[in-house]
Amino acid sequence: MSVVASNLVWGVRRKTILSDVSLSVAQGETLGLIGPNGSGKSSLLRLLAGLKRPQSGRALINGQDIATVPRRKLAQQVAFVQQNAATDTNVSVRDVLRLGRTPHRSALSGWSAADEAAVTGALAAVGMSGHSAQAWQTLSGGERQRVHIARALAQAPRVMFLDEPTNHLDIQHQIEILRLVRDLDLTSIVALHDLNLAAMFCDRILVLHAGRVVACGSPGEVLTEDLLRQVFRVEAEVSLSADPARPHIRFRAG
Amino acid sequence: MTRTDDAGGGAGWLALFLALALVVLAFAVALATAIGDYRIGLGTVFLAVTNGLGLTGAEIPPIEASIVWDLRLSRALVAALAGAGLALCGAILQALLRNALAEPFVLGVSAGASTGAVCVIVLGIGAGGLSLSMGAFAGAFAAFALVALLSNGATSGPNHTILAGVAASQLFNALTSYIVTTSGNAQQARDVMFWLLGSFGGVRWPDVSLLVLVVAASLGICLWMARSLDAFTFGDEDAAALGVPVARIRLILFGVTAMLTATIVSMVGAIGFVGLVVPHAAHYVVGPMHMRLLPACAAVGAVFMVLADIVSRVIVAQQTVPIGVVTALVGVPFFALILYRSRPQT
Repeated sequence: MSVVASNLVWGVRRKTILSDVSLSVAQGETLGLIGPNGSGKSSLLRLLAGLKRPQSGRALINGQDIATVPRRKLAQQVAFVQQNAATDTNVSVRDVLRLGRTPHRSALSGWSAADEAAVTGALAAVGMSGHSAQAWQTLSGGERQRVHIARALAQAPRVMFLDEPTNHLDIQHQIEILRLVRDLDLTSIVALHDLNLAAMFCDRILVLHAGRVVACGSPGEVLTEDLLRQVFRVEAEVSLSADPARPHIRFRAG
Repeated sequence: MTRTDDAGGGAGWLALFLALALVVLAFAVALATAIGDYRIGLGTVFLAVTNGLGLTGAEIPPIEASIVWDLRLSRALVAALAGAGLALCGAILQALLRNALAEPFVLGVSAGASTGAVCVIVLGIGAGGLSLSMGAFAGAFAAFALVALLSNGATSGPNHTILAGVAASQLFNALTSYIVTTSGNAQQARDVMFWLLGSFGGVRWPDVSLLVLVVAASLGICLWMARSLDAFTFGDEDAAALGVPVARIRLILFGVTAMLTATIVSMVGAIGFVGLVVPHAAHYVVGPMHMRLLPACAAVGAVFMVLADIVSRVIVAQQTVPIGVVTALVGVPFFALILYRSRPQT
């Protein structure tokens, strides 16, 4: 399913956080969302996922304005992985994955074979099958992150939004998670801090700066030394020697 | 134990637990009906009840039949229903506010009820026309409305709601104290105090019918929304991402808890601790998923309250200790045990 946003504006009180953001993501594409802290990445993800209402502009999924789609219908197609999800409740990994089936179950319906298959498959996809009965509280930060991605997968979405999914993960799991997201047969929009990971795994990258889109295109087009200097205020050397489509950034200590 | 499902493999265990709880409840109600200043044998209790239901026509002393049917049975049933209702409210609020300390009175409902009651007892507002219960009910709802207003309807976060509840409680407690100290006499203050700590004295069959209706309706609504409550595990936004209409669910469930708490408080006073301790105990037995937790809470709450009522009547000869005192005295050690057993194993 495609994701399209046109002229999104959003703010808190008089402070504008996103101004005039437009984007278009094709079916099956992985879009990386990068930008400095406070540039509006998380807010944009929430507007696109329908968790916040824009002050003006529209967000469309598969050509339909999400403001007109009932919450549950939307959740059957769209999953959102928040960063640092936490709870005090004593739930098992399996309980958490079962929550992913919420939009597909009516108030009193039982647990179907399809629900079971979705949960089992999602747990296997993130390599956590052996942890099914474990208490969520006893998981490491990285394991929690993988469980939440598995939960989003159990939701069987067509579009997935991920807010810095590689937070807390070691490099092996960062790469594993992004490879998983890239290879999924769904449209995904991922906010990322690590620019090299964004270059490695995203089909296209959108750069936000102070609530505006300053660049959008393939990693090779977007990640230039000029842009890194202007937006992120760092000196870096961009190398295209290994793969011209996947630039590698080497930051200078100064 | 493998919990495979909330309505499949695990249902057997839940059904067994609920069946057991109902047997214990029936026994506790029978005991509560037999015990008292005038002791009645369990056999006579059984016959009096079946007579009352029109199932038998056994010959038993009319005085005993009347004590069982008109006084003690209705009292025991109100205790059971109040316990079930308060425990249910506690479980709902702990889920919605994501706070293990939440209980029915966190929304200022009991403070509001006491102000309403004091207005009737001390100030004599609406004397005759307005009963104590109606005053308490009005006060409870006034407090709830204030909390709803302070916390921006149902749109703001859980901590905001709790703070609004604390503010409302302080305000209404201050109003109560002000009214009692400025215009009350010692006897009135004592009446208010006694009423606040809760009492099942004086409840009758119409109270039972009303409470059955309110508790059953609340339980039904809450079970209907049990899946949505589960979705609040990781917060409001996460619930929204799972397709739950968060604002609507919060408003409905806050409304249900306020209604249920106000009804119970206006009938039997502010009985603390049940709403806090029972959900934790039930959670310990049946796990966190609400389709299982809510019925278990209702069952455990009912048993707990009936037993507490028995204790309140026998602990001091010829005198009834306020039920709120008993629930706290019995509940705290029990709660401490749960806290100790469920501490993180790290």
